[in-house]
Amino acid sequence: MRHAEDKVAFVYSDAFTRYKFTEDHPFNPKRLEMTLDLIHTLRLLDGVPLIEPVPATMEQLLAVHDSRYLDAVQRASLPDADPDSYAPWGLGTEDTPIFPGMHDASALVAGGTVQAAELVMSGKADHAINLAGGLHHAHRAQASGFCVYNDIAVAIAHVKKKYAGARIAYIDTDAHHGDGVQWMFYEDPDVLTISFHETGKYLYPGTGEITERGEGRGYGYSLNVPLEAFTEDESWMESLTAILEPVLDAFAPDLIIHQNGCDAHRYDPLTHLCATTRIYREMPRLTHRLAHKLCGGRYVAVGGGGYDIWRVVPRAWTMLWAEMLGRPLPEALPPEWIARWQGDAPDPLPTQFVDPPNLFEPIPRRAEIEEKNQITVRRVLNGTPFL
Amino acid sequence: MLVESIMTENVVTLTQSMSVQDALDISKAHRVRHMPVVRDGYLVGLVSDRDLRDAKPSTLESCDDQLLRETLVDKIMVKDVHTCHRLDFVEDAAAQMHRHRIGCLPVVSQGRLVGIISERDILHTLVEMMGVNAPTSRVEIEVPDRPGMLADIADLLRARRMNTSTVMVFPSPVAGCKRIVFRVRTMDPRRFLQDIENAGYTVIHHPCASSQGEV
Ligand SMILES: [Zn+2]
Ligand SMILES: [Zn+2]
Repeated sequence: MRHAEDKVAFVYSDAFTRYKFTEDHPFNPKRLEMTLDLIHTLRLLDGVPLIEPVPATMEQLLAVHDSRYLDAVQRASLPDADPDSYAPWGLGTEDTPIFPGMHDASALVAGGTVQAAELVMSGKADHAINLAGGLHHAHRAQASGFCVYNDIAVAIAHVKKKYAGARIAYIDTDAHHGDGVQWMFYEDPDVLTISFHETGKYLYPGTGEITERGEGRGYGYSLNVPLEAFTEDESWMESLTAILEPVLDAFAPDLIIHQNGCDAHRYDPLTHLCATTRIYREMPRLTHRLAHKLCGGRYVAVGGGGYDIWRVVPRAWTMLWAEMLGRPLPEALPPEWIARWQGDAPDPLPTQFVDPPNLFEPIPRRAEIEEKNQITVRRVLNGTPFL
Repeated sequence: MLVESIMTENVVTLTQSMSVQDALDISKAHRVRHMPVVRDGYLVGLVSDRDLRDAKPSTLESCDDQLLRETLVDKIMVKDVHTCHRLDFVEDAAAQMHRHRIGCLPVVSQGRLVGIISERDILHTLVEMMGVNAPTSRVEIEVPDRPGMLADIADLLRARRMNTSTVMVFPSPVAGCKRIVFRVRTMDPRRFLQDIENAGYTVIHHPCASSQGEV
């Protein structure tokens, strides 16, 4: 959809790439460089204000994180910190190793998402994006799944504090359950969290069951749609559409935040879903449209997971940005971009934004998987009290 | 894990001299299905919602409300009650409930009622034990049924600095084997899975380890 009058903001700093664990860690900030380069090559930032992020303040972080945890992260950020003494905080593990400057890098990412939300809520922008954000696994007092500070939760808490009464819809389409954000607002009826993910039967973090629906006054305001391993585009999009339309209509949000982790792709090495980049064109289209329909276009997008940094992330997030901008994309990737990155890439880089329909063999148990997902969607809708 | 760590201590109780109507009201108000009957703190019987239903006249004879008010708990309660001790293991209590097909066990210490555990408490414990109270990935491994297997795999985890939140050992449908299920605190178990295969064991059911879609 094109909204020529939309004001958009792109929050970015080269310092975002300091959020980096080790050389061979799957969460690799090179994906941000590659994405930015692709966006620049397509001239999708011409005339768009590039917003330099400021780090989240201690006060902003304390709204969702434990002060002892913030303390531990700061101590673990010193060059001579001993990784073994931070295990209770989920730090110094193989997933979330400590590194010098960890606090500053994480606070900058969180600050970026706060700024994106603030720009939108204050009316300075209709849509804003922070591709370094989306660290949805971070808990109140524990790092988890490559996430140190929960930038999304920090931004939501900021909005709730500054814009009293605001109702926020958080949509998480990362392949993993958006557990951190869910638990932080589990009892809050003004923050609706909806997570679509591969079922936790095998996949990290294991939570995100249909039965996790919130607690107390927040009952019904946490939604989980655990989809089967090997789910493909059609079933994934069908589930999304069936849930998001009625649920968001009924909730009537003032702001939509969409986490755009792109690890549901067939190429992703950490998950077992079988989507193609088609869903990364269609999902932002859907959530962008809902923002215009339901909350005056107030729409914030963040990144998230995505571990095929060569073949998936740059395409997915460029399509996301083009959608927010209302600018059509060419079908083919610019050859000069491919030429610049192909040398480093372990696999041939794709040449089209949208994967061709016959790229992968169909899944043998497709019909059963689709049926199971349809049952899941029905159970989610049936148990949502405000529908 | 001991019964005392999962039992409910504030038990809704009845006395023998209460009427069946009182018992029905209490059961409804507290939404409990099992109510121990006590005298001076000592357990003397148990009333379940089934006993109450049986005592209640069918709706056709609803004029018999009188009967409900006149019949005493003492008359309908079960006197020979299965109980457990607060220091019993949860698995023993669960086995006892399963064997006798009962929905609860009053916890008794020196004759006095100190708590109660229900099917729900047992299920809740099971869910916690099987594990997803901490963010983890699930890994299931088939190993030969001989000593030292668990230690072997634990060594692999230690080498990777990976923490485990739960471990379960199940019988395997393959003769001479058993299955070990770990919930490992990592988002990226790939190298651990590779270690397991390199060590000659089989990863079961994991989507990565099976051909696509044929899990
Ligand atoms: Zn728009
Ligand atoms: Zn993810």
